[in-house]
Amino acid sequence: MSASLADIHRCFRCGWCMLPTNFADYNCPPYVRFRLEGYSPGGRLWLIRAWLKGELEWSERLAEVLFSCVACRNCAESCQMRFKDEIVDWIVTAKSIAVEKGLVPPKVRDFLENVARFGNPWGLPRAQRMAWATGVKRYDKDEYLLYLGCESCYPERGREMAKNVIAVLEAAGVSLGVLGDEEECDGNEVYMLGELGLFNELASRNAKKFKELGVKKVLTVSPHAYNSMKKYPGRGFEVLHFTQLLHELVQRGRLALSGVRYKVTYHDPCFLGRYNKVYLEPRRVLQGIPGLQLVEMRRSRESAFCCGGGGGNFVFDMLYGPESPARVRVREALETGAEVLAVACPICKCMLEDAVKDEGLEDRIGVKDLAEIVLDAMKGP
Amino acid sequence: MRSVKKEEIYKALVEIVGRDYVSDRKEDLYIYSRDPGLEEAHEPDFVVMPKTVEEVQEIVRLANRERIPVVPVGASLSLSGLTIPYKGGIVVDLRRMDRIIEVNRMGRYAVVEAGVTQGKLKAYLEENFPDLCHSLPEAPPSATIVGNLVIHGQGHLAQQYGFNSSMVTGLEVVLPSGDVCRIGSCALGPYWFSVEPFPVPAGLFLGWFGATGIITKVGIRLYPRKRLRDVEVFVVEDPKLVPEVVYRVAHTEMAEDLTTSAQPYPPIYQGIVMIQVYINGDTEEELEFKRRLIWRSLKEIIDAKEGGFMALTPDIRGTLLEEPIPTLTRFADVLRGGGFVYCGAIIPVEKFPEALKRLFEIAERHQVTFAHSGRVIGRGHCMMFAFAYPFNREDAASMERAKKALDESYIATLEMGGIPWKPDLSAQRMMIERMDKGAAELLKRIRKLLDPNGIMSPANWGVEP
Repeated sequence: MSASLADIHRCFRCGWCMLPTNFADYNCPPYVRFRLEGYSPGGRLWLIRAWLKGELEWSERLAEVLFSCVACRNCAESCQMRFKDEIVDWIVTAKSIAVEKGLVPPKVRDFLENVARFGNPWGLPRAQRMAWATGVKRYDKDEYLLYLGCESCYPERGREMAKNVIAVLEAAGVSLGVLGDEEECDGNEVYMLGELGLFNELASRNAKKFKELGVKKVLTVSPHAYNSMKKYPGRGFEVLHFTQLLHELVQRGRLALSGVRYKVTYHDPCFLGRYNKVYLEPRRVLQGIPGLQLVEMRRSRESAFCCGGGGGNFVFDMLYGPESPARVRVREALETGAEVLAVACPICKCMLEDAVKDEGLEDRIGVKDLAEIVLDAMKGP
Repeated sequence: MRSVKKEEIYKALVEIVGRDYVSDRKEDLYIYSRDPGLEEAHEPDFVVMPKTVEEVQEIVRLANRERIPVVPVGASLSLSGLTIPYKGGIVVDLRRMDRIIEVNRMGRYAVVEAGVTQGKLKAYLEENFPDLCHSLPEAPPSATIVGNLVIHGQGHLAQQYGFNSSMVTGLEVVLPSGDVCRIGSCALGPYWFSVEPFPVPAGLFLGWFGATGIITKVGIRLYPRKRLRDVEVFVVEDPKLVPEVVYRVAHTEMAEDLTTSAQPYPPIYQGIVMIQVYINGDTEEELEFKRRLIWRSLKEIIDAKEGGFMALTPDIRGTLLEEPIPTLTRFADVLRGGGFVYCGAIIPVEKFPEALKRLFEIAERHQVTFAHSGRVIGRGHCMMFAFAYPFNREDAASMERAKKALDESYIATLEMGGIPWKPDLSAQRMMIERMDKGAAELLKRIRKLLDPNGIMSPANWGVEP
């Protein structure tokens, strides 16, 4: 990476990037939250350019504009210009300049320092990473290394999701193991925050460990890890997101699904959907469950509205408030009449569950991860 | 503005809309001080984002009391600086007012708030009222409905039904005094179906670029959206034939939209003018019927080998059928420079050959590349003829050349008897100078009457920046 910013002036600030591909509503999370032009992708690029040209000095506001970008990639999906695929790289490069100059906001600095020192963005002890997973088998030449990631190891909702994934895969007889305390941060958010040196270090450490252990296939719980590992230089292993394997297991009839009786709407995680074009497999899993009614939100697939947790925001939450992306998304899910908001990412799970509580909607809609829904289906309606 | 005063006003604005929706940060002022065109940047003192009409009223009352300029903005995409706060003051970004309030299917109209985008209404209608559409301009879908109306924009139904501003069925406006008024049937009852047969005060606000009040809601006509849509491209080498082609096709009353284009690159397009004829229908039969009548109307020109229909590849056809067509926006990247400006000349169709000749001459004189796109308005009653010039934002000389070409295009428009559409300040001045004195005086008086303190978008239509 480290895209050149020489072409950043090519952004016309026409605003296609703020919308989803069907134009239904604004789809840039920071813009939806703040509603100032500077928080839109085009506005952000113009401010970056003004900063680099010396027309604006670095400031707290500029830092917020830059680091509130959650790297959801809606802008790249909707932009009509030939440089569309460079937009996120430009923003990451600008962040990396701020990192190099030591200009990042304190919350971002803490995030990065914590990852560097403790291997997780919260600065929690490494020993806590897998303390909850005592009964889970450690990797030993299994078919899959199950990579959990920080977001599945530390937050309670993330742990729940990891346990659900493990339970489903064990029920299907999948050969897998985890790394335990030796697991390192995958580096996705570190990369998106522009700390490219730390990302490279994490990538090389993880790749080296996988090689030493003879890992051939890595299965990730989090789409963020899935995305990150696909970028590891010289990657000598295959990476799969758990929904892809789940889809295969459902197709092969390896899971006995009695069914459920609820209406579900599926929220596409950015790092699975827009970044890696995995839209079908999670839906096929849900469609394969007897009795489950799947409905789509106004914005789905490549137009899905991000929960606002990417780019480290699930830790430092710059987009808090009634118009936070997660709360907007939960209200949109409710419009479909679904009782369950299905997720495939531990970060989405944390963000959206908190949003359901903030909106006071616990009685009307619940957030469940895909593995949890499959477990429900195994128990029967 | 004195800093103590500024602080007071900031606090008052926070009282009105809440802290999250007011800014006096230099980064925000920077962004709102410019648009993507070539007009000089001027910073406002504040940016404010109201959610309700009551908030807009409070903001305007405050501004009127304190004699502070107010500049209402949508997506700021005029490219001619119409939303630049040349005299500072408060920029009112209306995009939080983004509710689609009503679609009356039987009456074929929609009522929307000022911040609703073209894209949002399009998506909403496609999902909920698939047999209805509004006249969609070729602007980016982030452009607002109201923004397009206050500049007398045109959309894909212009050839059938005229300027988008003639499709207005009702307005809610906050006057410079802060009072709110409704215009049209909505002034008498709950329906927003028509502004006639009142005296039509809607004209006091349409085309004024925000200089007479802030439109907060609008009713606009919707039209039948047919299930099928197609396009044919008629090509002529002699631009003098274009008015006749337009006349003949418009006479059939079979075309949905009629647009023109000419450009020097790629070379395959050099020396020709393309006339895009859009047709629609609910059945293949209807489509074929319309196609046949249009072909028949041009038979003599085809037989004389003076023009013909172009074979379209699926790619080209697909691009032409996109709504809106992104190629117009992509013109900004022709020089890999992030910008273009254009003079949209509203001219009689018979002036097309002269306008094209002038475009070539201007481009040659200023050594700029160019493109023309045009749209027929009404059944050939007039057309919008764009003199468009890309520039490179990183190259001052390129920007200067494009600006000179633009200025000269405004002059050419006036010399041809045309009207510059959404003119920048210098073109507005030229128009006022050349305008019938009685008309200029009337505009001035209307403005003075509505806005005695001169707070509303004070640079537009006659007040020096």
